[in-house]
Amino acid sequence: MTDQIESAAAERGPLAMEAAGLTKDFRLGRGQVLHAVRDVSLSLYRGGVVALVGESGSGKSTVARLLAGQERLTSGTISLDGEPVSLPTRKAFRHYKSSVQMVFQDPFASLNPVHTVRYHLERPVRLHQGRTSAAQVRTEIGSLLAQVRLTPPDNFTGKYPHELSGGQRQRVAFARALAARPQVLLADEPVSMLDVSIRLEMLSLLDDLRKRLRLALLYITHDIASARYFADEIIVMYAGQVMERGPAEELTQHPAHPYTQLLVASAPDPDRFGSSLREGVGSGAREGAAAPAAASGCPFSARCPLAEDRCRAENPALQRVTQSRAAACWRLDVAAPDVLAGQQGGGDVTD
Amino acid sequence: MTSQGSTSWTEPVLDIRDLSVAYRTSGGDVRAAEHISLTLHSGEVIGLAGESGSGKSTLAYGACRLLRPPAVITGGSVRYSGRRTDQPVEIMQLQAAELQHLRWREVAIVFQSAMNALNPVLTVRDQLIDAMRAHLPLSKDAALAKAAELLDLVSIPRARLRSYPHELSGGMRQRVMIAMALAADPEIVIMDEPTTALDVVVQRDILAQIMELRQRLGLSILFITHDISLLLELADRIAVMYAGQLVEVGSAHQIQHEPAHPYTKGLLSSFPSLHGARRDLAGIPGSPPDLRNPPPGCSFLPRCGYGTDACREIDMRLAPVSSSADRTHVTACPFVLPGTPAPGHRPGTVPAAVLAADAEPASEEEVGS
Repeated sequence: MTDQIESAAAERGPLAMEAAGLTKDFRLGRGQVLHAVRDVSLSLYRGGVVALVGESGSGKSTVARLLAGQERLTSGTISLDGEPVSLPTRKAFRHYKSSVQMVFQDPFASLNPVHTVRYHLERPVRLHQGRTSAAQVRTEIGSLLAQVRLTPPDNFTGKYPHELSGGQRQRVAFARALAARPQVLLADEPVSMLDVSIRLEMLSLLDDLRKRLRLALLYITHDIASARYFADEIIVMYAGQVMERGPAEELTQHPAHPYTQLLVASAPDPDRFGSSLREGVGSGAREGAAAPAAASGCPFSARCPLAEDRCRAENPALQRVTQSRAAACWRLDVAAPDVLAGQQGGGDVTD
Repeated sequence: MTSQGSTSWTEPVLDIRDLSVAYRTSGGDVRAAEHISLTLHSGEVIGLAGESGSGKSTLAYGACRLLRPPAVITGGSVRYSGRRTDQPVEIMQLQAAELQHLRWREVAIVFQSAMNALNPVLTVRDQLIDAMRAHLPLSKDAALAKAAELLDLVSIPRARLRSYPHELSGGMRQRVMIAMALAADPEIVIMDEPTTALDVVVQRDILAQIMELRQRLGLSILFITHDISLLLELADRIAVMYAGQLVEVGSAHQIQHEPAHPYTKGLLSSFPSLHGARRDLAGIPGSPPDLRNPPPGCSFLPRCGYGTDACREIDMRLAPVSSSADRTHVTACPFVLPGTPAPGHRPGTVPAAVLAADAEPASEEEVGS
């Protein structure tokens, strides 16, 4: 059913990567199994941005690791350029890695402190692009650094990570990912370690790279507000499952799923001046707000204000709500009657 | 709304005057906090906002003399007066024993990533009792009773007294740390990024809890965070710090609606909003200066779109915003006012050459243009 949903990222360009029914279980010993990711499907399009939003432990990073080929799938399929991905040989794996690159959250940990910027870029350039002449490699490194706006490149090639600011380190990490000339970039919380004033610049750099290099971008974040500005489509995950997906502006302005509604309501909102927070009411009463995911039924049922018996017994499947939106909830008629009626305020959606 | 009548604050509980802190390094002094003056009034929540390295934690810890070498307090005074003190106490002149008495009983701190500060092999009960008995003359039974009351205060079931930290969620651990800070009924609580490591839903719960406690116990709170959007919602007044200096202080309402300093303006246009219409985001190009060798004049100049040659001459003293009737709204920039139109080139659209100046502050010619 989910495959009928039209991704808001689709209008940006051709399909690059498609994942269907991704599932990952981790065995914890003593017969216990952690369902880290359950039946997640998503499509990435050239030039489009899909945001995967969720709290820590929601499985969003595991999805990225599955897509990057760093974890074995328990079940599900991934295809790249319409071809199903199987990585039986080193060569196939290397080819796949050239097309699908990942950027991590912590630029302090993802660069090797004993190597220079040049070293970090030289290896992927030689490995993925097969350039051997030293001059060619040097030119390529220069153009990579220019792409991530570390100019003039000669000022940076000889530097060690500790000589760079956090933002510059993350730029080097971007450049390293681009060295493989990927079509898909998986960015796992790429700005959350950076200072507020620098975050925006990094996002606009990513946005610029997406446009110029026609990257299919998966933007993983806990910050749904940044996803609103930056992504075409948002997929909200909770406890390893997709709770809701839809076009970024529509989903954030008219969330359908009770969990998305909670996320949106919890985000700091300066315009709620004189809010309940300032008056000091509303804590404690929401003891359930931090409850762990329910073991049976809908995982959100333990925290959901609308949960009823059915929610605790049966896990709802993701069902199409409008052409481009879907939500996994039994109680959508109560949670989001306006979205169901298809009148999710098109007038409010500004662009 | 209390926040708007900022002139009506009466009793100062913590009066920081001209405080300077430096870190002695082989490469010279890092002037982490320079000539800071800030007054926390009874029952007030001041939000201290700034990026990492801006000196906000240094300021708070320096004011309580909690810093160790190589940090040195190079000048200034901090006067404390609370319900239990007859006359203001000059913290900078206290002896070690008097300091010991002041800390936690008068001024308590909830540290950054405090949730990982709990001892993993002791139960919540033992940790609370240990901490209380170290500072207060309590019998074991009295301490136990108090520990239970404290958990009530932060909405944790008493049964959790027997839990070990790993059995608690991150939010609960943070609540335990807040309970611990409140054990001696302090006048002031300094909260250093108390919710940064938490998920947004839990964060909101903890913040609501803090605000409720403030109401109930009449706490004065210095709330430190890099997230100015949080402060707009919960603080009475906001102090914005940049490169070791305060650049603007005003009520939350003033900071949000009439920001005067270009850095404050930049911060406000840096975070995407979730509610309401989409805004134009600009961000702030470049990165903060090296505090061992700060540029002459305004330290924000290399990143400021409004900058002129005159900016290299100014000293960054706070002065009332000249267009504001409220003299407590102060800014370090004598040139830019809340109504000043945005500069010709918006920071977000600065040419790549200037953006590249991440490491070395941009040369003044580029900025002044």
